[in-house]
Amino acid sequence: MKTNSKLLSAPYTVWMTIFIVLPMVLVAYFAFTDKQGAFTLENILSVGQYSNVFLRSIWLGAVATAICLVLGYPMAYIIAKLPAKRQSVMVMLVMLPMWMNFLLRTYAWMTLLEDNGLINAVLSAVGLPKVHMINTAGAVVLGMVYNYIPYMVLPLYSVLTKIDGSVIEAAQDLGASDRKVFLKVVVPMSMPGIISGVTMVFVPAVSTFIISKMLGGGGNLLIGDLIDMQFLGSAYNPNLGSAISLVLMVIILICMGIMNQFDDGEDEGKGGIML
Amino acid sequence: MNNPNSTIISLKDITVSYDGEQVLGGFCLDIHDGEFLTLLGPSGCGKTTVLRTIGGFIRPDAGDVFFNGGNITALPPHKREVNTIFQKYALFPHLNVYDNIAFGMRLKGKSEAEVKETVHQMLSMVNLSGYAHRGIGQLSGGQQQRVAMARALANEPKVLLLDEPLSALDLKLRKDMQVELKKIQQQTGITFVFVTHDQEEALSMSDRVVVMDGGDIQQIGTPTDIYNEPKNAFVADFIGESNILDGLMVRDFEVRFAGHKFRCLDEGFGSNTPVDVVIRPEDIDVVEPDSTHITGEVTNVTFKGVHYEIIVDVAGFKWMIQSTDYRAVGDRIGLSLTPDDIHVMSKSQYSGMFGDYSTFSDEMEEDIIATEEAQQEGGEDED
Repeated sequence: MKTNSKLLSAPYTVWMTIFIVLPMVLVAYFAFTDKQGAFTLENILSVGQYSNVFLRSIWLGAVATAICLVLGYPMAYIIAKLPAKRQSVMVMLVMLPMWMNFLLRTYAWMTLLEDNGLINAVLSAVGLPKVHMINTAGAVVLGMVYNYIPYMVLPLYSVLTKIDGSVIEAAQDLGASDRKVFLKVVVPMSMPGIISGVTMVFVPAVSTFIISKMLGGGGNLLIGDLIDMQFLGSAYNPNLGSAISLVLMVIILICMGIMNQFDDGEDEGKGGIML
Repeated sequence: MNNPNSTIISLKDITVSYDGEQVLGGFCLDIHDGEFLTLLGPSGCGKTTVLRTIGGFIRPDAGDVFFNGGNITALPPHKREVNTIFQKYALFPHLNVYDNIAFGMRLKGKSEAEVKETVHQMLSMVNLSGYAHRGIGQLSGGQQQRVAMARALANEPKVLLLDEPLSALDLKLRKDMQVELKKIQQQTGITFVFVTHDQEEALSMSDRVVVMDGGDIQQIGTPTDIYNEPKNAFVADFIGESNILDGLMVRDFEVRFAGHKFRCLDEGFGSNTPVDVVIRPEDIDVVEPDSTHITGEVTNVTFKGVHYEIIVDVAGFKWMIQSTDYRAVGDRIGLSLTPDDIHVMSKSQYSGMFGDYSTFSDEMEEDIIATEEAQQEGGEDED
């Protein structure tokens, strides 16, 4: 039995070693070596000079995640309340944009937001002044929200549909108004969905480079762009690129750690009250 | 115990429909302060709808709900002074036992010291002291049931609504919980409105039983009244076992059935009125065939522990007799009745639907009940 399961897991082990562990080791190796292959801390230390890029990435990622949560939660809640048949239609509609190529969708936003784009054309047609939208931080956040909101809605939806209606009724029965039911029962019970939604939006948003490149112009450089430049751009320096990737990974791990702590802390905090 | 005659909840002409199908039509019921009232009936009879109307989860299409004389029809559930114990307990899975019980009190803004005292009091009442820190998932069904009870009672409701709270428990636990529930009701003096489809549960716990079918009240009365004086064939059949025969009330105290005239204790039906006659299986005495009018052949005998269940074919009508004496299949026996054993009921829409023991064997009946219960567990209760 034991050898059997080992045998079965072998392909996965091999796969994961070659395509996950090995690349990570290589990234770490490049991060700590110079062009000649000698050990150095210079790459890691020079990441510090890009701290503004890091801050901007985390800030824009956090804003986009917050907007996704604020927009996505009511959406997931409303879908979860619909009759079963309409639920699946709505879920399909949420996922529909994901069937289209990511690049294409972002290009579409470019043509919409441009100074001579569709939105400004409509604005001037009705006599309103043009608005400069493309190449702003706002456009980047919009791109992030648009592209990643399904990753927020879906985990929230799946958690919310699992909440038993009788639990809601029990809360009402015990004296909870609609607002209290939401705050004391629905939100705490959907915490796992909130956490996975936030993680699934925040992580790709922080490390994106296409969205910022296409919608943010030169002024809204994100870590993704920075890394991209080190490997494919003019500033070719894979060692620095690896170091930035490594630091980004650590930052994301810390963020996720804090998020999960928040969930655990919830229970522990309550345990404290009752002691 | 409060004054048993004062009405705490009054339902007046309640009409409720689901998707155009009327579940309750002009339903009226008065619930007395401090009583243990049971709504009893088969699934689909509207008993849960009545309970949910009192709880505020259903707004009736027509009619009014009064609580201590005040009209609460439009009041949302969280403003009503009643609490519910739900069929599947509906405990908050993200909270532990303590926080579940404290939920209602905290909403009312009670101090943590007060909350703590009440929670421990409630836990000891339901025999769960020391379980305060447990997660809900760590509890057995019976324990969850008791937490649900503690959570509802901690809110000090005037009326406690119980929606088949024992149906998910196994038989022995259910019996224990019946005793415990009754004890708690007597201790606290809170009005209990209990919904069940289990007639034994209803008889053993209630002060009054409301037998329902098809959205209508068939009979209201004490458990003894309901059992001894069923109003129609439905009640007689639903509560306990009964032989229901077509009869003719010749005049007061004289009824004709099974081809013979019998003296009885019933009056006021007029003369020569068709009636239903109920005879409980345990009231029938088995005698020698030549000493009585009713004789028949034993077709089936089942040992039930306390007694034998004997099916006797009397001229095509199969009677059920419960007797401590064994009779073999094929024996000819006589059935003896005293006036006290005969109960006469007016004809109703249910006449002829029940009565004879030839169609259903016990086993089949149990299968049907089991299927019904499985269906109920499997999904939405009709009402």
